[in-house]
Amino acid sequence: MRSTTTVLLFLFVAALTTFSVIVVWPSSPGRYLPGDFWPAGKGIKIGDWERETMRLGLDLRGGSYLVLQANPPADYQGDLDQAMDGAKDVVERRVNEFGVSEAEIQKTSGNRLTVQVPGLSLNDAQNLIGKTAALQFMTYNDNTELVPATGVIDGQTIAMTGAHLKNNTFAERSGTTYAVVFETTGLGSRLLEQITTRAVQYPSSDARNFLVVMLDGEVLSEAAVQAVITDQGRITGQSSFSAANNLSKQLNAGALPIPLEIIQAKEVSATLGEDSVLDSVKAGEVGLLAVMLFMILFYRLPGVLASAALLVYTSVTLMVFKVWPVTLTLSGIAAFVLSIGIAVDANVLIFERMKEELRRGRTLSAAIDIGFARAWSSIRDSNVSTLITCLILYWFGSQFGASLVQGFALTLAIGVGISMFSAITVTRTFLKMVLGTPLAKSHFLFNAEEVKRTKPAGRAARATGE
Amino acid sequence: MLDFAGKRWWYLSVSIVLFLASAGALGLWGLKAGIEFTSGSSFTLEFTEQTVSQSDLRQAMHDLDHPEARIQGAGSNTYIIRTSELENAPSLDSAAGPTPPGEIDAIEAALRARFGEFTREDFSTVSGTVSSEIARYATFAVFAAAVAILLYVWVMFRQLPKPWRYGTCAIVALVHDSFIILGLFAVLGEFRNTEVDTAFITAILTVIGFSVHDTIVVFDRIRETVSNDPYVPFEEAVNASMTETLARSINTSLVVVFTVLAMMLIGGETIRNFLLVLLVGIVAGTYSSIGVASQLLVVWENGDIGKFWRRLRGAAQEQDVAAEAV
Repeated sequence: MRSTTTVLLFLFVAALTTFSVIVVWPSSPGRYLPGDFWPAGKGIKIGDWERETMRLGLDLRGGSYLVLQANPPADYQGDLDQAMDGAKDVVERRVNEFGVSEAEIQKTSGNRLTVQVPGLSLNDAQNLIGKTAALQFMTYNDNTELVPATGVIDGQTIAMTGAHLKNNTFAERSGTTYAVVFETTGLGSRLLEQITTRAVQYPSSDARNFLVVMLDGEVLSEAAVQAVITDQGRITGQSSFSAANNLSKQLNAGALPIPLEIIQAKEVSATLGEDSVLDSVKAGEVGLLAVMLFMILFYRLPGVLASAALLVYTSVTLMVFKVWPVTLTLSGIAAFVLSIGIAVDANVLIFERMKEELRRGRTLSAAIDIGFARAWSSIRDSNVSTLITCLILYWFGSQFGASLVQGFALTLAIGVGISMFSAITVTRTFLKMVLGTPLAKSHFLFNAEEVKRTKPAGRAARATGE
Repeated sequence: MLDFAGKRWWYLSVSIVLFLASAGALGLWGLKAGIEFTSGSSFTLEFTEQTVSQSDLRQAMHDLDHPEARIQGAGSNTYIIRTSELENAPSLDSAAGPTPPGEIDAIEAALRARFGEFTREDFSTVSGTVSSEIARYATFAVFAAAVAILLYVWVMFRQLPKPWRYGTCAIVALVHDSFIILGLFAVLGEFRNTEVDTAFITAILTVIGFSVHDTIVVFDRIRETVSNDPYVPFEEAVNASMTETLARSINTSLVVVFTVLAMMLIGGETIRNFLLVLLVGIVAGTYSSIGVASQLLVVWENGDIGKFWRRLRGAAQEQDVAAEAV
C-alpha cells in the first residue's frame, strides 16, 4: 500500500522536523520548559550568519533602553517641539532600516527621547541610534564623483545640509505624478541659488546637472535641476503619493540641526513582566497538550496522527520565525494561536469527511483520498481569504508605519502557509504510512463504527471488514 | 437533520439584540485609550531595603489606583514604571524644572511603607508610544480586507446563483463579531476602567480572521450541497450543510477556546484582557457563522424582509382604512 512517494515524503517531514527542533531549541531551556535537565540549544550558524536566539519583542523579552538628550544650540530659533518630532522620526527610521520592528520611541520631558529596542545588544543599540542624522545636498564634480554641494557666502565655502531647509516640506500632486515642495532658510536660499545656477548650465544628460539628497549616507533623491531655485523648490516626478510623502517626511526629519546625546543606557526586561510572560508560555504549552488530548480522544488514531502533525507544524513555524527572523511579540503570539486553530481545523475538516466516507462503506485508502479531496475546497477558500486579509493588513501596516499590524499579518501569513502544508502533506503522509499496518483495519481506531446504524447489516459488516 | 433555518428569527434576534446593545454601549461610553496612546509619567525606582518582585510591585500599583501601570525590570531590584499622567507632573513641552509636590509623592510614600527604602532615579513626562492613528489605519485595513474577501468569495462561489450574497453575509458576520467585542470593552471600560491597548487591536484582528475563516467553511458546505442537487429547497440545503459542519465548527472552536482558557487560567495576568477578547470573539465568531451568516442567506433567499415590510405596510394601510371609517 505504501508508495515510494509516501515513504520519501515521510522521510522529508521527519528530517524537516528534526532540523526545526534543533534550530528552535532555546539556548536557555529552563526559561520555557519545566525542570533543569534540558540541554541548551545552540540555534543555527552558517559562517557569519547565525540565529542563536529567537527574536522576541519588547513585550516578551525586553531589550535595550536608551535616553537621548537633545542639545539645541544656544541660538536655536525654530520650534523645539517640532524638532523633537523630527528627531523621533529619524530614530524611528534608523531602527526600522535595521530591520528591528516593534521598537518603542517616546518624547520625554526635558527635550529627551526614550527609546527601547528589542533584540539588540546595548552596544549595537547605542551605535545604531547615537549618531546625528546628516541630511546632505550633493552634486557630481567634473570627474562624476559625488561631492557636497557648496556655495560661497561672505568669502566662506559652506556645504548645504538639512540645517538649511525649513521643516515644512510637503507632497502634492503635479499632473500625473507627484512632487515634493520644500522651502529653504535665508542662508539656504542663497546657497541653493549658487548651486542650481551652476547645475542648470549643463544639459540633463550630464551628471553635473543633478542635485542629490542624501540622509545618513543613503541617497534619498536624485533630481535634474531644471531652473535656478532660491527659497522654494520642487522635486517632481515621484511615482506615487506615498513615495512623495515619504521623501517629504525624510526631508523634514533631516532638517534637524539638533545633535542627540545618549545620557542613559541599560538593559530592560519584558514590558508585559517577565513573570507574566513565563506563566503564559507554560499556559500555552498546557493549552497545546489539551488540544492534542482532545483530538486523540475524539478522533482516536487520526487524532494521534494529527497531534504528531501539530508538533511538526509548531516546530516548523517557530523555525521559520527564528530563521526569518520575525520579531515575535504578543500580536505574533495571537496570530500563532489563530494559525494553530486553523491547522487543527484543516485536520478536523479532513477527518470528518473521512469518517463520512468510511460510514458509507468505503475502504480506508479510498476514504483518505476522498476525504482530502472533499475537504480541500473549504481549506483552500478559508485559508486564501485569511491570506488575502494578511496581505492587505501588511500593505496597510507598511504604508502607515503600523509595525504592529504588519507584524501580525506576517506571522499569520507564515502560520497559515505552513498550516496548509501540515494539513495536506504531513497528516496525509502519516495516514498513508499507517495504511498497510494492522492498525488501519480497526474502525474503532477511526471512530467510524456507527456505520451499523445507518446502513443495512450485511453491508455494514463488509464495510467494517469483518 | 437539525432545523436551523426554521428558527432563523430566534438566532437573528439574539444577534440583533447583542449588536444593538454593543453599538449603544460604544456610542454612549466609547472606548478608554490605554497608556500606549496617551502621554503619561515615567519614573525609575531602585529598591534598596528589600527585594521586590515585579508582580508585588504591579499589585501595589494596582492598589494605588494605577492598574494601568506598566512595570519593567531594569537591572537588579530596579524598575521603570510607566503610568497614566500623574497629577501635578511637569508638562511634556516645558523644560525640566523642579517638580511641585504631586501625586508622585503620594505614590512614593505608599510604596515606601510597603517595600521599604528606595531611590527614585528620575521622573519624566512621556508621550504616547503608539500613535492613536493606528486604530484608524487598522479600521481602514479591515475595510479593504472585507472588500477583497467579498470579491474572492464572489469569484469562488460563481457557479451558484447570486454568488455575491455569500461574501456579503460573511462580512455582516464579521462586523457583528467586531461590534460585540467593541461593545463589551465599552462596558468594561465604563464599569471596570478597562483600557484598550495595541494588544486589543491585534486581538480584534485575530477574531476577524477567525470569523471569516469559520463562515467560509460553513458556506463551502452549502455550496457543495447546492451544486450537488440544485432542486433541494434552499432552507433544507442550509440545514443539511449546517448539521454536517456542526461537529467541525464546535470542535475547532473548542480547540482554540481550550488554548485561550488555559492561558487565561494559568497564564500571566498582563495579557488577560487580550485573551478575553479572543475568547469572546471566537465564541461569537462560531455563533455568527451559524446564527448570522447562514441565516441571513436564508432570509435573503426567501425575501423575508420584503415580506415583513409588506406585512407591516399592509397592517398600516388597514389602520388607515380603519381611521377613515371612523
